[in-house]
Amino acid sequence: MVHVSATPVLALRGVSKRFGAVQALTDVDLEVHAGEVVALVGDNGAGKSTLVKTIAGVHPIDDGVIEWQGNPVKINKPHDAQGLGVATVYQDLALCDNLDVVGNLYLGRELLHRGVIDEVTMEKNSRELLSTLSIRIPSVRIPIASLSGGQRQVVAIARALIGDPKLVILDEPTAALGVEQTAQVLDLVERLRERDLAVILISHNMADVKAVADTVAVLRLGKNNGSFPVKDTSHEEIIAAITGATDNAVTRRAERRTTEAAK
Amino acid sequence: MSDTSKTVKSDPATTGKVTDGEGVVEEQDTVAPADDPTAAPVTVVDPRLLVREEGLKGYVTEFKRKVKGGELGSLPVVIGLIVIWTIFQFQNDRFLSADNLSQISYFLSATGMLAIGLVFVLLLGEIDLSVGSVSGLASTLFAVLAVNQGVSAWLALALAVLTGIAIGALHGWFFAKVGVPAFVVTLAGFLGWNGVMLWLLGDSGTINIPSDEGPVRLLGQSSFFMDQAIIGAYILAGLAVTLSLVGNFGEQRRRRAAGVPFRPTSEILLRVGALALASFAAAAVLNNASGVSNALVIFLAALVIVDFVLRRTTYGRQVFAVGGGIEAARRAGINVPMVRITVFAISGGFAAVGGMFFAGQTASATLSAGGGNTLMLAIAAAVIGGTSLFGGRGSVWSALLGMLVIQSIQTGLNLLNMNTSIQYMITGAVLLGAVVIDSVSRKSQKAAGRA
Ligand SMILES: Nc1ncnc2c1ncn2[C@@H]1O[C@H](COP(=O)(O)OP(=O)(O)OP(=O)(O)O)[C@@H](O)[C@H]1O
Ligand SMILES: [Mg+2]
Repeated sequence: MVHVSATPVLALRGVSKRFGAVQALTDVDLEVHAGEVVALVGDNGAGKSTLVKTIAGVHPIDDGVIEWQGNPVKINKPHDAQGLGVATVYQDLALCDNLDVVGNLYLGRELLHRGVIDEVTMEKNSRELLSTLSIRIPSVRIPIASLSGGQRQVVAIARALIGDPKLVILDEPTAALGVEQTAQVLDLVERLRERDLAVILISHNMADVKAVADTVAVLRLGKNNGSFPVKDTSHEEIIAAITGATDNAVTRRAERRTTEAAK
Repeated sequence: MSDTSKTVKSDPATTGKVTDGEGVVEEQDTVAPADDPTAAPVTVVDPRLLVREEGLKGYVTEFKRKVKGGELGSLPVVIGLIVIWTIFQFQNDRFLSADNLSQISYFLSATGMLAIGLVFVLLLGEIDLSVGSVSGLASTLFAVLAVNQGVSAWLALALAVLTGIAIGALHGWFFAKVGVPAFVVTLAGFLGWNGVMLWLLGDSGTINIPSDEGPVRLLGQSSFFMDQAIIGAYILAGLAVTLSLVGNFGEQRRRRAAGVPFRPTSEILLRVGALALASFAAAAVLNNASGVSNALVIFLAALVIVDFVLRRTTYGRQVFAVGGGIEAARRAGINVPMVRITVFAISGGFAAVGGMFFAGQTASATLSAGGGNTLMLAIAAAVIGGTSLFGGRGSVWSALLGMLVIQSIQTGLNLLNMNTSIQYMITGAVLLGAVVIDSVSRKSQKAAGRA
């Protein structure tokens, strides 16, 4: 079970972001604790990716405060976020097809031994990391091009873990995956929680969210629309929060059913 | 040499253990079944992975599979070279004589220098059409400074090479920062720098460079390693073999200590043995003529250094990363514009050095320097040697292998007194053949899931 520490690893307080005429985020609050998986859900265009990008330093925020382990911080570029310990896996994975698994895991932060790339230690660490995450890959020395979609996804997630982050953000990690690969990635998310990392998981798939998340934070039209503990919230409640509780396609459909039944 | 890809491959038809490309059985990760984390870990062997059997048979089957999968490596070049040498030898039995082979080894180094720079550019998946013109400009600049202006020869050399680097960096800047396609920038350079060279030469047309001292003497046809001492060639061959032995066994020791798969001793001995055979044979042949030319020694030294930079340093890794996926490279924090600009600067620098080699060959700067088919031959060499036009795949050794092919053809045709028209046609056909092999092997690599 989740043991939630007192100070959140990351807290957003009243964060707003605007793109020209679009108010993408308005007064958004969000908290993630170590060892907690927070699912960020919401309809298309709700602002999930934008929120994640503000944390990752891709888009600086306009208003509000970002707190890291209780202290207010400024995140203006991706480098700032990485420095704090935020690792982001974007949906388009962006791995180098021609490099092997080790090369990709360490890309941009190669280990050096007397100024020369230390392939041996990198390979050793990669194998250890992949095996503690129970990731199955034929060999750490094959080019990424010869891996399946699911294997690439787990490599991308493993890559996020090389820098020993405290918070891992996954933007729709299972969107393009099959049943088996989805299960693998969800297993991996659970293993991240076991390692006491904070995880933000964006997903449109309620089954995935219910399977691994501890908390569901709902965004609607760029605003908070509730935050629920997963274990005592029903599927319908979450859907209602996503779509707007009073009048939406889901409730209308339910109503139609009842009126039809009455006839 | 560049074959960093290892050989495990999925094949639904075969079952067995897993090996990695270095011939060692890799232990499998032990994994608890996902549904029951408390269950005892079981060893997971993916039944679709291929094994390499032990011994010689293993090498043969693996080799066949590599070829089928489009990982041709240097195979086409080696076959091509054997075919070319056989044909020419039948046409003229002086072709494989020590003197002629020595000629080939001397003349390949100039264009080879250009090809080294081009390998960098090709690794990014780009092209540099200006190397021929830049080499001509560099040799002219050197001649103007050293002969007409009386600047010291070595200073003139340094200035010429720096100019090449600056020109390359300028091309890179237009490409990386302004966003002009590299093809167009360097095409403009091809024309523009040739114009500058013609302007520098002015009415005189040709500047003769005294070849009795300085870099031009060093790069000339009659300058040999250790002044033609017989031992010189063998020292070089021995050095290559020793370095390779020390490197291989050092790597094996470190890998074994770290518990990761390593190359078995038998394989190391096989590889080093092949290298020893080739290098001592070459040394013997060159000694039979007049020794190892200094131009060749400098070219080989450049190859070793550049190979090291590309495979073992962060910068080299960045070049490969940008060639393999710009977005991934950018997100990994790699400064993509910096890599692009420096790669073009390197290409310009090597073009200038190549220009000095040409000046050494002719002991002059002429209107035709770096013109004609110089550019074509340099590109052809890099591609024939196995560096892909599509970026991210290749090695600087392709500059050597490709130049061996190109120079053999040129020298052979000269020996047969073929005129230029035939030379151009044949070289064009060889370039086309190399590009076809590159494209086809890329296709089959895609089919085999490797591109
Ligand atoms: N760079 C940008 N410039 C202008 N508007 C943007 C930009 N990025 C996002 N937006 C706008 O911000 C709003 C939120 O977009 P966002 O990508 O965060 O949605 P999302 O919740 O991730 O949706 P999806 O589920 O489709 O991924 C949208 O209206 C979008 O058009
Ligand atoms: Mg999104």
